[in-house]
Amino acid sequence: MNAPSAAVQISRPEIEDFLFHEAALIDEWRLDEWLDLLTEDATYEVPPNDTPMGDSKNTLFIIADDIVRIRERVKRLNSPNCHAEHPHSRTRRMISNVRILERDGDLITVTANFVCYRYRRHERIREYVGSYRHILKCGVSGIKIKSRRTILDAYELGSLGAVSFIL
Amino acid sequence: MAARFSPKLSTLLRRALLRDGFIIDDHEGKKFLLNREALVSPSVQQEELRKVFAKCWIYVGHASEIKEPGDFVTRRVAVRPIIFCRDMDGEVHCFFNTCRHRGAIVCTEHKGNKRSFRCVYHGWSYLNDGTLAGVPGSDAYADTFDKNTLGLRSPARFESYRDFYFLCLDANAPSLEEYLGRAKDYMDIVLDQSPSGNMEIISGVQEYDIAANWKLMVENSVDDYHIPTTHSTWLAYLANSGVNIAVPKGEGLVLPTKGLAIELGNGHFTTDNVNFRGRPVAKWIPIYGEDAKPEMEEIRNELVERLGPERAARVADTNRNLVIFPNLVINDGSSVTVRTFFPENAAKMNVRAWALGPVEESKTARSRRLDAFLTFYGPGGVATPDDVEALELVQQGLANWQDDPWSEMSRGMGKEDEQLNSDEHHLRIFWRRWNELMEAL
Repeated sequence: MNAPSAAVQISRPEIEDFLFHEAALIDEWRLDEWLDLLTEDATYEVPPNDTPMGDSKNTLFIIADDIVRIRERVKRLNSPNCHAEHPHSRTRRMISNVRILERDGDLITVTANFVCYRYRRHERIREYVGSYRHILKCGVSGIKIKSRRTILDAYELGSLGAVSFIL
Repeated sequence: MAARFSPKLSTLLRRALLRDGFIIDDHEGKKFLLNREALVSPSVQQEELRKVFAKCWIYVGHASEIKEPGDFVTRRVAVRPIIFCRDMDGEVHCFFNTCRHRGAIVCTEHKGNKRSFRCVYHGWSYLNDGTLAGVPGSDAYADTFDKNTLGLRSPARFESYRDFYFLCLDANAPSLEEYLGRAKDYMDIVLDQSPSGNMEIISGVQEYDIAANWKLMVENSVDDYHIPTTHSTWLAYLANSGVNIAVPKGEGLVLPTKGLAIELGNGHFTTDNVNFRGRPVAKWIPIYGEDAKPEMEEIRNELVERLGPERAARVADTNRNLVIFPNLVINDGSSVTVRTFFPENAAKMNVRAWALGPVEESKTARSRRLDAFLTFYGPGGVATPDDVEALELVQQGLANWQDDPWSEMSRGMGKEDEQLNSDEHHLRIFWRRWNELMEAL
């Protein structure tokens, strides 16, 4: 065995601080800064509501981005021609029940519950409820997101509509 | 809000007030106008449930969703809760999901495998061939009570074409194959992607609502006029990924022009395009990665060997968005989507979309197909959310319908030559058929 790695030593409050920071960057539309939290091989997934534990290689997801498409997604969201998000949705996410599920070398798997409230223009509120499942990479340069899966509890998207923002 | 008349009276009134019901179709003046009441009126929406959804063949589901005996899915089709299932003998059925006793839903799950469906209210149970099998305390009924007449009810008609199952609520309708007519030729091109001719619905359904009239989705599914404006960020994404987004010119094209709109009869129509932005079936673009090239070449070789070079090019190098009137869209573009949608009310639709792929597809090809799907389609795709936005903006703007009652849809009418997919020829096909059905008493 090697010496205890960063992932072994990291505590839940440190993970919570990181997730709260990530949520703030997304809610405040500081998406270029959010990209800095991702590893060079990061993925971002929203599985379909009927197959929340599915694999995007054999199941049609709502979002299944590799790092290239995540960066393209952010470029798009920053563009005034991204009609679905201009003006930007106002979102506010609450994160709780943060748990560390697994530590493996410098990787740490965490899960958290979330509620993301979203307002689009003058519309009524939309509530996205679910859990995050992040695999975080812990190194000397701090914590980075290697994979990020947003799992919705709703049986279908239904009136939640399009997931045109970072959920 | 307009005064409420009986549906028949309102049809007669419309006839008296407007020349052609909801449309002004002026061939000489080369003008086509649509009355926006068609998109906003609750009474029109109720009327179309009766005159369109209860008269036409409506898509229910695909055989691959219920592969094994006992498999079932439940969903709403033509605003009716139904069970789509395969009985223990392998026969496919469609039942109204309602107990013959007092009406409760008998199958509450979304999908699964069951021999029977049992109503939770009083316990009546039905086999998955519809037979009423059990009635608790049946001794309390008189001799005239006949269980044989109390099986789950089915729509008047239920037929399939190459694993696509449709229902029809009109017993006197023509057969499904007759109804589909020339649309079958285009379904065949899509299904020719599979070496065995068998395509399957891939796991994972996208179900989302759009706050817009369902007919706007028909228009949007085939309207290439909106691509450069609505989807400029999608085009930028393709360009950033190394895809040449310029429309190619000149030789070697399978079709004579950049893209056509073609009438297929019975209100069906399709776009028919030379593909130049990639297809997982053997039309490589940089997004797929260098690794994909050898396998995509194999796929193309198989197509050529099986279908000949001409038909293979038709399958691989052209794409199409096919509308089966009124509400089934098969988009055979950057991937294959099967998409259907129903009105929840005049200003809201429920959309349900799946990916379709060849049953014998390799894991890598399947993965590529699904990834290609998300480059454009779906509620989290790079393009669809902007369509949703556009449709919702239309619906919001239509609140002005009484003061600005006509939509201008004449694009392409002055042309002598072919109707392009960026014209509005195909949209007019839809509206003429819809109007014709709505004008029936």
